[in-house]
Amino acid sequence: MIRSHVLICGGTGCTSSGSKVLISTFESEIEKNGLADEVKVVQTGCFGLCALGPVVIIYPEGTFYSRVQESDVAEIVSEHLLKGRPVDRLVYKDADESVIEEAGKTISLNDTNFYKTQKRVALRNCGLIDPENIDEYIAMDGYAALGKVLTEMKPEEVVQVVKDSGLRGRGGGGFPTGLKWSFTAANAADQKYVVCNADEGDPGAFMDRSVLEGDPHCLIEAMAICGYATGATEGYVYVRAEYPIAVKRLQLAIDQAREYGLLGKNIFDSGFDFDLFIRLGAGAFVCGEETALMTSIEGNRGEPRPRPPYPAVKGLFGKPTTENNVETFANIPQIILKGADWFASMGTEKSKGTKVFALGGKIENTGLVEIPMGTTLREIIYDIGGGIPNGKKFKAAQTGGPSGGCIPVSLIDTPIDYDNLTAIGCMMGSGGLIVMDEDNCMVDIAKFFLDFTVDESCGKCAPCRIGTKRMMEILEKITDGNGTLEDIDKLEELAYYIKENSLCGLGQTAPNPVLATLKFFREEYIAHVVDKKCPAGVCKKLLNYVIDADKCKGCTLCARKCPVGAISGTVKNPHTIDTTKCIKCGACMDSCKFGAISKA
Amino acid sequence: MKSLAELAAIREKMKDKVVLREGSGEIRVVVGMATCGIAAGARPVLNAFVEGVSNAGLAEKVTVSQTGCIGVCQYEPVVEIFEADKEKVTYIKMTPEKAAEVIEKHLKGGKVIQEYTISNAIS
Repeated sequence: MIRSHVLICGGTGCTSSGSKVLISTFESEIEKNGLADEVKVVQTGCFGLCALGPVVIIYPEGTFYSRVQESDVAEIVSEHLLKGRPVDRLVYKDADESVIEEAGKTISLNDTNFYKTQKRVALRNCGLIDPENIDEYIAMDGYAALGKVLTEMKPEEVVQVVKDSGLRGRGGGGFPTGLKWSFTAANAADQKYVVCNADEGDPGAFMDRSVLEGDPHCLIEAMAICGYATGATEGYVYVRAEYPIAVKRLQLAIDQAREYGLLGKNIFDSGFDFDLFIRLGAGAFVCGEETALMTSIEGNRGEPRPRPPYPAVKGLFGKPTTENNVETFANIPQIILKGADWFASMGTEKSKGTKVFALGGKIENTGLVEIPMGTTLREIIYDIGGGIPNGKKFKAAQTGGPSGGCIPVSLIDTPIDYDNLTAIGCMMGSGGLIVMDEDNCMVDIAKFFLDFTVDESCGKCAPCRIGTKRMMEILEKITDGNGTLEDIDKLEELAYYIKENSLCGLGQTAPNPVLATLKFFREEYIAHVVDKKCPAGVCKKLLNYVIDADKCKGCTLCARKCPVGAISGTVKNPHTIDTTKCIKCGACMDSCKFGAISKA
Repeated sequence: MKSLAELAAIREKMKDKVVLREGSGEIRVVVGMATCGIAAGARPVLNAFVEGVSNAGLAEKVTVSQTGCIGVCQYEPVVEIFEADKEKVTYIKMTPEKAAEVIEKHLKGGKVIQEYTISNAIS
């Protein structure tokens, strides 16, 4: 009889920090201690706290171990599993004192600051079930929603429930999902399709990957429900080839669902047929745009086409198609089972439910969080995210990746939902949230994202192809110290022109990082062009390292560290830096023990 | 999959296997599993609880877990039962047979078996 489960994260983050070897080590240690009949090892999807991986959770206590190394396994097995003493030094303890004090109880996952304010709907099974085992999904009420719609509901009733729930597209645009389904449902055709957009390409975003890796059956179930509601019998999941674990688990899940007859002909004896196929994307960012994505599935070069006609009228292979993002689909089975009212009770007036964010950048708890809409940025960063490392000051958070904008410190208390973010010139995006501190230069950030879109522009329309390149040149001119005030105006004008005239979402949103930083951090741009200074000390061309002669002891360490021999001086005498030779690598500043070197 | 009943059958069969991870923990049965406990025979007691709770269909509200030395080694195997808003009950010198009785009378019936408790031994 199994009395304890050891859950080991098999998401991409923990896999790269070495969770795979933990699984086999746990199994052999458990065997060695004669516990094989009492303890079961389960590989799961992402728990969310990727910064502290590899992550291991032991149930029924819910003890949360972080940064578990192979050498720790023997101790966990003999102490915790055999003798019932959690290995204290490995237990993640970021929780209230009161919880820790409670007698007879070890800290469980849900007590930690990172998890306690989260509300997991889309991620509800991630880190809880074995994604490669369909039975575990079924045990968590899996496929019950599909069973319910096929046996009890008419297609139009399903569409109505999704409409009533207020669910909006989680890929970034925020279009009401129920409305989208109703458009496809209304178009009669001999063949219709369901497409799932899993081409998650924003730098720093990995929400969809985690759902695919941690709960692939949820997506299959939701797409079948969508197929029933809209009259489609075939579905395609377009997923990045760069997500090998996700692709493998999804394919395994599809095979299992077919074997159980949850995909295929006459599901639940209802006369409804539905099957699902995977198509791999080759890494082009533009293929995350719905029309480009469909063109790519058809086997053509991934380029967008003008809309209308919208996919609901003429989509994949010219047939009516419903296209939704992974996270959007992941909400569907729960909405069907628990009802539209339950879903609509979470979130804000116009943005219902929860949203998954991938926290990255200058933040303690890098990882994946799911919070109700309307949570403020402050709560996400400080309460859940654990704040900014090294006591640095928060400067801004970038949402929506290369299509989004930034939220400055002055707006940190804005409740996050679609409309509030749009109102401040930002966007929800797919959920990447990159935190920046005082050491980040906002002009440099804008340049980083624009560099990405210049690279990823497909080249079909001129505003995007040529325009973003010209914007990039102006930004480079500014960060090189050659910019003028007119350049800033020109940059802004060009940005609006590209926004209005590009063919697809990529070009229409590409100038957003520039516009948002111009709106909130214009003074930084001005410092670059007027004072020829980079206030954050990032832009190398505007930066000089200087040695304070009063503080310098003449220890010669910096001169020895300098890779280009730019520092000269004799022992016990102040040194100097030859700025013409200096490559501004900062090695001297890092090595100085007396704090004599600074940026100027 | 031809019917909801078929799906429900799989769900029921599997539910026991995953309930461990989401049990409400309304009642927590904690077995002392330090060296003293193991030497006194805590392992069969633990297994008796795990199996008994599952067979009695109580897994959703009863969590069986283990802990280290409780500090009364002479009374091992010791089992503590925690329930919200109720005083902790400590059973001593447990055996698999006594465990079965505790599951039946205490966990199911809500009646503490006084003669097995530590207060009975001390008073």
